[in-house]
Amino acid sequence: MTAVIRLEGLQKYYSSDVPVLTGIDLSVVEGERVALIGSNGSGKSTLLKCLIGLHPITGGSVETLGERFTAQPTSRQRDGIRRQTGFVFQKHCLVKRRSVLSNVIHGLLGLKGSWRAFTHQFARSEWRDRAMVALEEVNLGEFAMRRADALSGGQQQRVAIARALIREPRLLIADEPAASLDPAAGKDVMALFSRLCQDHGITLLYTSHDMAHAVDYSDRVVALKNGQVRFDQASDTLDPAALRETFHD
Amino acid sequence: MIDLKDSANGNGTPTVSPACSATRGRPSPGRMTGSSPLSFMVWVILIAVIVASMNDVAPSIDQLAKGVPSMLSLMDRMTPPNTDQAFLGRVFWKIIETFQIALVGAAIGIVLSLPVAWLAARGISPLGPFSFLSKAFVSLLRTVPDLVWALLFVAAVGLGAVAGTLTIVVDTIGFCGRFFAEAMEDSEKDPQEALSAIGANRLSILFGAIIPDTMPSMINTSLFALEKAVRSSVVLGLVGAGGIGQELKVSFDLFQYKNALTIILVIFVVVLIMEYLTDFLRTRFS
Repeated sequence: MTAVIRLEGLQKYYSSDVPVLTGIDLSVVEGERVALIGSNGSGKSTLLKCLIGLHPITGGSVETLGERFTAQPTSRQRDGIRRQTGFVFQKHCLVKRRSVLSNVIHGLLGLKGSWRAFTHQFARSEWRDRAMVALEEVNLGEFAMRRADALSGGQQQRVAIARALIREPRLLIADEPAASLDPAAGKDVMALFSRLCQDHGITLLYTSHDMAHAVDYSDRVVALKNGQVRFDQASDTLDPAALRETFHD
Repeated sequence: MIDLKDSANGNGTPTVSPACSATRGRPSPGRMTGSSPLSFMVWVILIAVIVASMNDVAPSIDQLAKGVPSMLSLMDRMTPPNTDQAFLGRVFWKIIETFQIALVGAAIGIVLSLPVAWLAARGISPLGPFSFLSKAFVSLLRTVPDLVWALLFVAAVGLGAVAGTLTIVVDTIGFCGRFFAEAMEDSEKDPQEALSAIGANRLSILFGAIIPDTMPSMINTSLFALEKAVRSSVVLGLVGAGGIGQELKVSFDLFQYKNALTIILVIFVVVLIMEYLTDFLRTRFS
């Protein structure tokens, strides 16, 4: 299997005396669904940002979607990674006053020739059709012309998933996608994520504080503690004691 | 406890009970506590400057006494307003021209304010740390009064409406540029970061996230700018920059006070209608 992500001895310091990640080795293969768990400050979000070159790394190397870099990716490498990656954030990050359709089409921004994707009115017909397909996949086709802020939190997060899907990504990165939702909506969103990634063969890497979300919707769970990998196990063979230990001293 | 009953000491004077005197509050703070000598001095200097200036420029009682009859005489010569059809027709076309100056000047100014504000908005501007240059430019446009701009444009492009329109454009950029930039700085950052993470360029983020988020504030500011433009455009004619102001100046210069009153009343009605209209639109779009 091709490795979509390969980290070798990844180190990240925000300043010389503040280590965040200290020697992370991790490999994620095509189509795999991996949950990153750990308490606040364990370095989960920093790791995600290092993967796509949003944060320069201090040591080791990162290889994402075939682009290998130390320190920082070149702008060509960064574009290459972003072109094939979808992102979902904790707070959905939609443009509230825009329609759901425009928000989904925004997912195409950053791709070549996509400057017209800032609103659905100017978008190419082909993009509008792709956005509608993505919306149907998250069961929100009928809400296409609603304003984003008229939807519930769970629905907004599903729009954010559609925005990520429209890019037809090979890799989907989600930073605590269910953290701002109530338990039922959170479960729906995670189930949707998991199903769509399986259906489309997308590699999924997500962070979570919720043990059930980590175990139920991933193939593998990687636990971070104090900037290091505490354990890396298949989710169906996971030891509950090891899980508990991750969140306690 | 303070006892206010007459019977307490027989003469109606409030008395302090022994229990209260033992736990009496602290003495009240001095009247000047909390104000520094410096702020006191600033107040004294400010008042002194106002009083000294009043001696030079404020009207004296004598001047007021003489001025009132003159004003009454002027009012007498102004009434009734001139309602001659030919004159009213001329005023109508001049007020249309005034409105055109305001509308075109404000529209062009609002459109040009967008890039200027984008360049000036801290944290958003593509100029980065040099965004202050755009901010300084906006400040320059705003701080020079519109009549001064009008004088400059009359000298540059000659008498007439074009000079007035250019004046309104500059005045609008000075006004909207500042408020648009502030709205952009206050816009929600999460969607911008989300679009930035997927590689959207600054222009896409501006049109995709910043402008939609700041739209209510920008519509509000634009309506204020239009209202301000109408008020400004009626006086620009005083320095030859077209519009109804020119007609007003001619009326006063030729002592045609009845004509002047008609023009003042028309200006009043137009400005009032404009204020009602922009108020209505503000409530509609906000």
